[in-house]
Amino acid sequence: MPTHRATTTRSRPTAEPAHRADVKRRSFLGLLVAAPVLVTAAEIGRQTLVDSVPDASAVALPSAPQPAELYDLLDVIRDSARPTANLITVKVNKDGTVSFALPRSDNGQGIITSTQMIIAEEMNLDPDQVVVTLADARPELVFNQLTGGSSTTFSTYTPIRVAAALAQGRLLGAAANELDQDVSVLTSRQGLITGPNGRSLPFGDLTAKAAAPVTEAANVVLKQREKFTVIGKNRTKSDALAMVTGKKKFTTDLRIPDALPTVICRAPDLNGFPRSVGNLDAVRAMPGVTDVVKVGSGVAVRAKTYGQAIDAVDALEVRWAAGTVPGADDESVLRKLRAAELPLAVPKGVGTTLESDTVFYFRSNSSLETNCAIADVRANSATIWGPAKSPIAAQNDIARKLGIPQNAVTFHVMEGGGSFGRKLFYDAALEAAEVSKAMGKPVKLMWTRADDSRQGRVHPMATTRVRANVVGDAVASFEIRHTSVATETNPGLSEAITASAQKAPGGNLTVSESIWETTQVTPYNVGVSTRFLSEVDMRFNTSSMRNIYSPDVATARELMVDRIAAQMGKDPYEFRSEFTKLERWKKVVDRAAKEADWGKSMADGTAQGIGMHVEYKGVACAVVELDCRPETVNRQIRQARTGPRVTKVTYVVDVGLVINPRGVRAQMMGGINDALAMTLTSSLHLTDGHFVEASWDNYFYTRQWNTPPEMNIIVVEDSDAPEPGGVGEFGIAATCGAIACAYVRATGKTPTYFPLDHKDPLPFTPYPTSPPVPPSPTNGLETTF
Amino acid sequence: MPNHTFRLNGEPVNVDVEDDVRLLWVIRDLLGVTGPKYGCGINVCKACTSHINGKAFNPCSVPVGAIKPTDEVTTIEGLAATEAGGGLHPMQQAWIDNDVAQCGYCQPGQIMAAVAKVRQCRAEGREVDDAAIEELRNICRCGTYNRIREAIKAGAEKM
Ligand code: FES
Ligand code: FES
Repeated sequence: MPTHRATTTRSRPTAEPAHRADVKRRSFLGLLVAAPVLVTAAEIGRQTLVDSVPDASAVALPSAPQPAELYDLLDVIRDSARPTANLITVKVNKDGTVSFALPRSDNGQGIITSTQMIIAEEMNLDPDQVVVTLADARPELVFNQLTGGSSTTFSTYTPIRVAAALAQGRLLGAAANELDQDVSVLTSRQGLITGPNGRSLPFGDLTAKAAAPVTEAANVVLKQREKFTVIGKNRTKSDALAMVTGKKKFTTDLRIPDALPTVICRAPDLNGFPRSVGNLDAVRAMPGVTDVVKVGSGVAVRAKTYGQAIDAVDALEVRWAAGTVPGADDESVLRKLRAAELPLAVPKGVGTTLESDTVFYFRSNSSLETNCAIADVRANSATIWGPAKSPIAAQNDIARKLGIPQNAVTFHVMEGGGSFGRKLFYDAALEAAEVSKAMGKPVKLMWTRADDSRQGRVHPMATTRVRANVVGDAVASFEIRHTSVATETNPGLSEAITASAQKAPGGNLTVSESIWETTQVTPYNVGVSTRFLSEVDMRFNTSSMRNIYSPDVATARELMVDRIAAQMGKDPYEFRSEFTKLERWKKVVDRAAKEADWGKSMADGTAQGIGMHVEYKGVACAVVELDCRPETVNRQIRQARTGPRVTKVTYVVDVGLVINPRGVRAQMMGGINDALAMTLTSSLHLTDGHFVEASWDNYFYTRQWNTPPEMNIIVVEDSDAPEPGGVGEFGIAATCGAIACAYVRATGKTPTYFPLDHKDPLPFTPYPTSPPVPPSPTNGLETTF
Repeated sequence: MPNHTFRLNGEPVNVDVEDDVRLLWVIRDLLGVTGPKYGCGINVCKACTSHINGKAFNPCSVPVGAIKPTDEVTTIEGLAATEAGGGLHPMQQAWIDNDVAQCGYCQPGQIMAAVAKVRQCRAEGREVDDAAIEELRNICRCGTYNRIREAIKAGAEKM
């Protein structure tokens, strides 16, 4: 195999002016929709700006572009929407506001705010003048109503602009008529169109006149990026006030007539189900209880309060059938994974062979709001309220379960209290529909925390093996084999993906293979570079947890990159800067090193670590400082994990065009705190067919005492990329890699599993699995402060 | 069925329910005040944090029978009214200024805990610094901790 020395990378001019110029000239097709007021529409998935892949920098042993560099998950989700009709619409109301129903789910990502900004920009409004709501399930949108893979802004940015620009143009035209002036002399500001004589007309007065009598297609040119005044500026979330005053309503906060609190009694085993109940009548007679029925996943109790429903759940005597993984534990799952591992193909012995093998244990993606939904099922119809990222699939499944037509199910999409991939599914909505039907009454179903933690969906356990052959100052090969408990993709996502997957180079892949192929990039020039996934379906409840495979793969990959650098006698940063494939990526690595003062002197037992990651049309680089000194690691905090502490994170991210920099920074911060959890403190332990962790005093997500005291998040504002990339999941993988590398540099020990504390003695006594819900304490007045 | 009277957000309330039902459910399910959230039910996540007679507490872990008629319970909905002059409580304003909330689910509890922590530090003559903030046990699964820190320090200055 030929090898070369790595040449020094040269700066190359970027192609930026070219595609920005293109954008200016291009016109886009939208629709004027026949309606009494002005309604414009555009197709999601139809319009995209140029999206070229920049040239590789000149480094020896370049690796061929990998599928994800050319065509990534965002393209898959966007392209799956292409055949869908023109159904996203902007409407100008008679009160002068502009409204838009966003066919996506907001679980805190801030996409309502960024959508307001995009429309405001094109129509010269204040974002407050734009009313964005979440659309109910609309089957005609097919794949367009899916929130996942950080795709929202990427797939909706241009179509929303097209519809908004069309509306602005029509309003100007109508005003020109009214004012008897030429359009070119009119200005539009904050919903008021003003002529040279100072006379002005509000949007509200113009909308009927601007309305289209018949539906027709129309061309429109978008505002030039240089003229943006809203996009790219910091903007506080539109519901910030509602959130700090307790007014924001989540699903279980709704008062739907007669929808009483409902809780399901679940099995000790993962996915166990009830055979029979011994004391139904006694439990039905308990205080507050109105109904008790056996359903597929357990025994449902409806009561006046959740407290009484939970007490009844704990009082039930149920005979359970075994679950889907009876008797299984971490070791038995690992053995199955080992048996499914694919071989590494490049033989050892070409130069120096470096190998690693890392285990990643199960982790929970439970959000703070547990799974929940309200269902009111009648004879021939059903109404559901709940957070859902794929409401059409939910509507479809619920209809099938109830045996009624899909259009007889109304699904109101609620804002969720966090998602992290879990709300791609709608487990609670399906159950609520089933329970409401069985009881013949509306129900407000909520999973208890213990159920959400023990029976809820998880990030699957996996192993990642890496083999690299290093010859002198070059890397001849770099192979990754990721073997994982199967990740369940929800129907909405899988339909969207299989509809487009054949477009990815390589085509005809299964859903998980498609996600793998379209998300995984090894961002370095490392010769022959392969990345393969094998999955084993062991009947766990899994889902695409925030950032799917990348946190684990990036951890293993970045650890190996540090080893390669060491083998070559290079500094970890210098190596990354020199071997990264693209100039745009190198810029981010260099900036992170500079901002973090890479290489500064650090006390014994502490170290910096660096990690980079490429995904979602963007690139990120993290530099962390990790303190592994005994006085830090052994800090005592009750009911907590301490351990090594990340004391500082510098995070540089280029996500393309930035709509709301504050929103992007917020997403990065959340991702960074997730990365701490993923690598250091948070995992589920599987014992005897169930997960041990039942609550937040068992499952140690990052807390104030873990979070980095210093965090410096830098969002690149002059990106070469013309479109917004995905931001929702992009804080995690690079940080995971950096933390792992810092740990090795601080301690000299290379971990073989993550999170680092997974095999430490449990700092808690597990709650029993039966009764299923730990009882609420009664001493709350003793812990006031 | 036992009858319970106490003060909730400045108003007297009266409710018929068994003594052992935890106050969180009385407030949320029977009285319809939904600012305090359920995140664990066992005094761990702190999403339900509210105030009793001005001190932070977790109503998921207090039976309603333990509440006295004179007890003043304040949830996030009543926080602003505890400040003279109307408008938002300075801590709520600091939360908005720092755009702290992500999904917002944990934030009522975070704000109520922060206000109590500042008062506690003041009473004990301590700084509201990182060490004091790290005593807060409220979980934010969206990972907004660093903005929470900034907001608490800013809010404390105005309290
Ligand atoms: S719900 Fe009260 S502390 Fe978690
Ligand atoms: S903002 Fe979502 S849990 Fe804190």
